[in-house]
Amino acid sequence: MLKLDKKDMRLFIIVALMTILAPFILNPFPEGSGLAQFNAGYPDLMQRFVIFGIFAIGFNILFGLTGYLSFGHAAFLGVGSYAAIWMMKLLTMNVIPAIIASVAIAGVFALVVGFISLRRSGIYFSILTLAFAQMSFAMAYSVLTPITGGETGLQPKVNDPRILDAALAPGATPSAGLFGLEMRDSYELALGNWLFTFNFGYYFAAALMLVAFYTSMRIFRSPFGMMLRGVKSNQQRLNYTGLNSKPYTLAAFVISGMYAGLAGGLLVAMDTQVGPERMFWTASGEVVLMTILGGAGTLIGPVLGAGFIKYMENIISKINESILHQWFYWLPDGLEDLVVGMIYPFIGKGWHLTLGIMFMLVVIFLPGGLVEGGQRIGRWVRGKGRKADATGDKKSTASTPAE
Amino acid sequence: MDAIILQILNGLDKGSAYALIALGLTLIFGTLGVVNFAHGALFMLGAFCAVTLNKLLTLSFITIDETQKDFLGNPLKVETPYIEGWFGPEVAGTVIEWSVPLAILFAIPIMILVGLVMERGLIKYFYKRPHADQILVTFGLAIVLQEIIKYFYGANPIPTPAPSAFSGSFDFGALLGFDPGTIIYPYWRLVYFGFAAVVIAGVFAFLRYTTFGMVVRAGMADRETVGLLGINIDKRFTIMFALAACVAGLAGVMYAPINSPNYHMGMDFLVLSFVVVVVGGMGSLGGAVAAGFLLGVLESFASMSQVLNVLPGINQIIIYLVAIIVLLTRPRGLMGRKGVMED
Repeated sequence: MLKLDKKDMRLFIIVALMTILAPFILNPFPEGSGLAQFNAGYPDLMQRFVIFGIFAIGFNILFGLTGYLSFGHAAFLGVGSYAAIWMMKLLTMNVIPAIIASVAIAGVFALVVGFISLRRSGIYFSILTLAFAQMSFAMAYSVLTPITGGETGLQPKVNDPRILDAALAPGATPSAGLFGLEMRDSYELALGNWLFTFNFGYYFAAALMLVAFYTSMRIFRSPFGMMLRGVKSNQQRLNYTGLNSKPYTLAAFVISGMYAGLAGGLLVAMDTQVGPERMFWTASGEVVLMTILGGAGTLIGPVLGAGFIKYMENIISKINESILHQWFYWLPDGLEDLVVGMIYPFIGKGWHLTLGIMFMLVVIFLPGGLVEGGQRIGRWVRGKGRKADATGDKKSTASTPAE
Repeated sequence: MDAIILQILNGLDKGSAYALIALGLTLIFGTLGVVNFAHGALFMLGAFCAVTLNKLLTLSFITIDETQKDFLGNPLKVETPYIEGWFGPEVAGTVIEWSVPLAILFAIPIMILVGLVMERGLIKYFYKRPHADQILVTFGLAIVLQEIIKYFYGANPIPTPAPSAFSGSFDFGALLGFDPGTIIYPYWRLVYFGFAAVVIAGVFAFLRYTTFGMVVRAGMADRETVGLLGINIDKRFTIMFALAACVAGLAGVMYAPINSPNYHMGMDFLVLSFVVVVVGGMGSLGGAVAAGFLLGVLESFASMSQVLNVLPGINQIIIYLVAIIVLLTRPRGLMGRKGVMED
């Protein structure tokens, strides 16, 4: 089915189920309980999970397969966002033209940047992409203000032309939608103490994420994907066999740029505004962190990494000192202060520190990211279960490299 | 003419900072073959050495002065720095005022220690790993260092004034025979430029005229052969890493009065310094220094209003534009050595 083999199909179905049931899975704690702050099942955050998941999946097609480390991918995200917002200003608040435009324009932009940047490799490639992204950021910030709105950014206004929609009724606030359904429409389901929110915008983005995930799966398993892996493992040898690898890497670059554009367009569809800071190089660094943390070159890793980082950014960062004191109230006074004092630097506003440390640990010890970590634990557990079957186990691990 | 001289001068102080950081980056790259994304963080640590020394010197004890009253009529609390109690107000005042130059002495051992720990504790294990891994792990380290500083010093910039002897401006125009007031240049920037020149000259002299430097240069050219000659080149390279960290730190110390240090200042400089290194040519020390000054001056030229009228916004992108052009037309950089990182 869907031209996937059995193992991939299983993974795809698991991912699909997880995204469909996310409002339940991410809201495991009842309202009002002390742990309710760990609930991530609110629309804004869920949308971010899938949108940045798309972004990271796209980045992974470039970095995970070809090994080219781009430090400027946020530029494509930003370009996609600007394209989408202009579609909303000029044509319609319907998200379809916005999404199509964001993907197409980001793709064209990636083609230009990629064509130039891919003339070099290694660290030079990283610096070139970084330079392009920083240039885009600086220009969006200053020179291109008529197009980008400069520092304040853009949002749809009531009196924009909107040819297809006709202008809005006076006083109506523009909001993005899809044939009458608005992105912020939500259905709330109360079950006992639990409150689950089903948001239309989330499911729209999630559907696109599944499409993106499926496409990346097909790319990974295709001859084209094999060629990209060849670039990563030994580009020189590939060249010696008489192949020109440039079209392949360029195609990978453009595809990943289009993914970034799609993510940018979706960001606008969910929250109709955009500013140049979206293209700043820290944003590019973030997608690198997501992909590596989750597991570069694996299918599911980038999505996990994106979810992990966004969860930390939104949930862990909200834990403050008084909440910690509530948790550890049962400890003797001096010890309580000590424990809180020891944990506090790593959470709340210091969550970046935890992120940095985790990232370093992953790069040093787990080049395959969280996915490899999970596999190692799984293997360890299984290995303990049946040590006798050592040969068979070895065979199966050899045939499943971190994927 | 005077406008041109003014722009050159304006470019020099930023160029000095670029050159110092790029020099350290190139040293590390040339010796250990490691791409150090945490170098900006070392610059930032240096700046915070200045902040720390200033804070240490102004550590105060509080005495209650019965003779003075505050506006509520309570006895006034007077903060006296400890050193004022020990050495008297005259000496203490001078020492506190000169805390930034003094911080150089304070920063050297700290930065060397940081460099040694970093190299032995982390970088050592990344010699054999691909450059992408080196970039990633040092990028992570930079985040960690910067968050640690943020935890202790907060997110806001901390003003760290230069000694008042250097606080004014210098009328360059009068000296060169232009109308007075046309070329005004702050003293401290002049000091910074001079300091950078001395440090750069020192590093070059060290590499050029000492036996140690000669061995290091030999090791940069052919590490294996030097190792076969029975010289412990790894140890020397570790020391060079510490030296590079020290150079970045000193650049940071002296930069503190120009721009109040904040925790992310290193990252802002790092991105540009990398561009500088690439433009100068990977592995070429002279290239890094020349490109640093060149790009600093170019940047300040691009921000002249005459230029901005023709090409709006060029000041924001000039460095990146130059980098792209250089990389595409002269992939080895301006002065890159043959065979260094050529892929």
